[in-house]
Amino acid sequence: MNAISKPLSRFDEMAAVQPLVEVNNVTLRYKTQQMMITATKGVTFNINRSDRFILLGPSGCGKSTLLKAVGGYLQPDEGEITINGRKVTQPGADRMMVFQEFDQLLPWKTVLGNVMFPLLNAAKLPSREAEQKARHYIEKVGLSRVADSYPHTLSGGMKQRVAIARGMAMEPDVLLMDEPFAALDALTRRTCQDELLRLWEETKFTVLFVTHSISEAIKIGNRILLLSPHPGRVKAEVCDVDKINVSDGSAAKLEAEIHELLFAGEGH
Amino acid sequence: MQPTIIMRPEMPDTTGKVDLQVRLSGLELFWSHGAVRKTFILLVLAAIWEIYARALGNPLLFPTLTDTLVSLWASILNGVLFDRTLASLKILMLGYGLGVFLASALTIVAINTRLGTDLLETLTATFNPLPAIALLPLALIWFGLGIGSLVFVLVHSVMWAVALNTHSGFRGVSQTIRMVGRNYELRGLRYVFKILVPAAFPTILTGLKIGWAFAWRTLIAAELVFGVSSGQGGLGWYIFENRNVLDIPAVFAGLLMVIVIGLVIENLIFKTIERATIQKWGVQN
Repeated sequence: MNAISKPLSRFDEMAAVQPLVEVNNVTLRYKTQQMMITATKGVTFNINRSDRFILLGPSGCGKSTLLKAVGGYLQPDEGEITINGRKVTQPGADRMMVFQEFDQLLPWKTVLGNVMFPLLNAAKLPSREAEQKARHYIEKVGLSRVADSYPHTLSGGMKQRVAIARGMAMEPDVLLMDEPFAALDALTRRTCQDELLRLWEETKFTVLFVTHSISEAIKIGNRILLLSPHPGRVKAEVCDVDKINVSDGSAAKLEAEIHELLFAGEGH
Repeated sequence: MQPTIIMRPEMPDTTGKVDLQVRLSGLELFWSHGAVRKTFILLVLAAIWEIYARALGNPLLFPTLTDTLVSLWASILNGVLFDRTLASLKILMLGYGLGVFLASALTIVAINTRLGTDLLETLTATFNPLPAIALLPLALIWFGLGIGSLVFVLVHSVMWAVALNTHSGFRGVSQTIRMVGRNYELRGLRYVFKILVPAAFPTILTGLKIGWAFAWRTLIAAELVFGVSSGQGGLGWYIFENRNVLDIPAVFAGLLMVIVIGLVIENLIFKTIERATIQKWGVQN
């Protein structure tokens, strides 16, 4: 149980270093046709440089809504989100999103064109430089062979890898990933997870990753924020997840512990 | 007990020797071209025409295909048909271009503001059912006999169809693509032209095709009404003129020309655009 602590103590511990992303007491609400729904209530966490930070919880805990708020797509009702000390008010290329949906690639552009597009339009690089950079990152995800293909000719796993390459090529402050592997088959998902970790080893980028799979959270993350549903609140934070050892069964144990925590009091 | 993995010895031998790809035969390849199949249909229709007209034996009511083609050839040789067609196409381009431009402007306003959306919806609901040709008498009073009236009815026939399709195309762009565009900090016109237009292109192209067909029909119909005073009438006027002198093969030649131009624009211009865009992108087969 020692890996799991309440988020507040962790917050104090980190206060000395300026975190990259600060989510401070954030309450998010959104409107449907009939009513106002509170997605998250008073959520606080912060992400340091090179963290692989996971938002984990059952559906309805507002984890995707939180990610969209960090992405700048919706404004908190209360509290604030800052990145490098700047308040988040709108979407921006300093926070590149990787979505779950395969249609996030622009169908009218090739793989290379898709990766170059934000480099040209948001980062405003000259085209030669953009192409060089795009090719570099396409090679990193092992897709050089299909650089000139259109997205509709790629498999789901390849599309997600292009989306990751596109996000990484922008070298954003933080990469926001909204269940990027959830729509993949189990085998491809494992390959993609391994690849993401390998890429992280190379460049140590910062990731905020949303998932509802406990095993994926343990595999990918170094810190996991556990959220409870209706409305989304922070239940606990798991730190130093990467110290876990898969072979000696401690990963399975942690998985069981997290499951217990998330579904405690539900009669499971 | 440990699970065991048993390797199959036959595995490495089978690679390379399997017929993974089999070439299609020449005839199959030939028939797989849409153009070939469509040409075949056209030839059958032409044969039916020829046989029926010969059986009827009344060139004043229904001339044979050969008579029509002879008349068409003569008109092409003496340059009359060519001039008439050119006159029609010139006005068509003017009206079509202006209509598409106005439709784009209206749609861009509509996509960016709620009042603009209401404006577009109200205007299209009001004017789309109104046949352009019904406005011609009014147009003649406003703009007189001449290009102005024709362009006015053309704009009316093109604009609403194109605006309606473009707008519904914009609204059909997936939320994910929109979020991607905003992630790239694209706003305003750059957002419209770099994200919305390509993403909605299949629907926009449909609108352009419908608009083109409306415009062509409206123009020919309008030219049947007048064209005399503008001196250099178009194809519609050519048809009307020849009917008056009971040169029925020439009437048919004019009608054939109207069809041929329709086919050429549809199959050459629009098909080429389709092949270079939505088919290449895999958003439509």
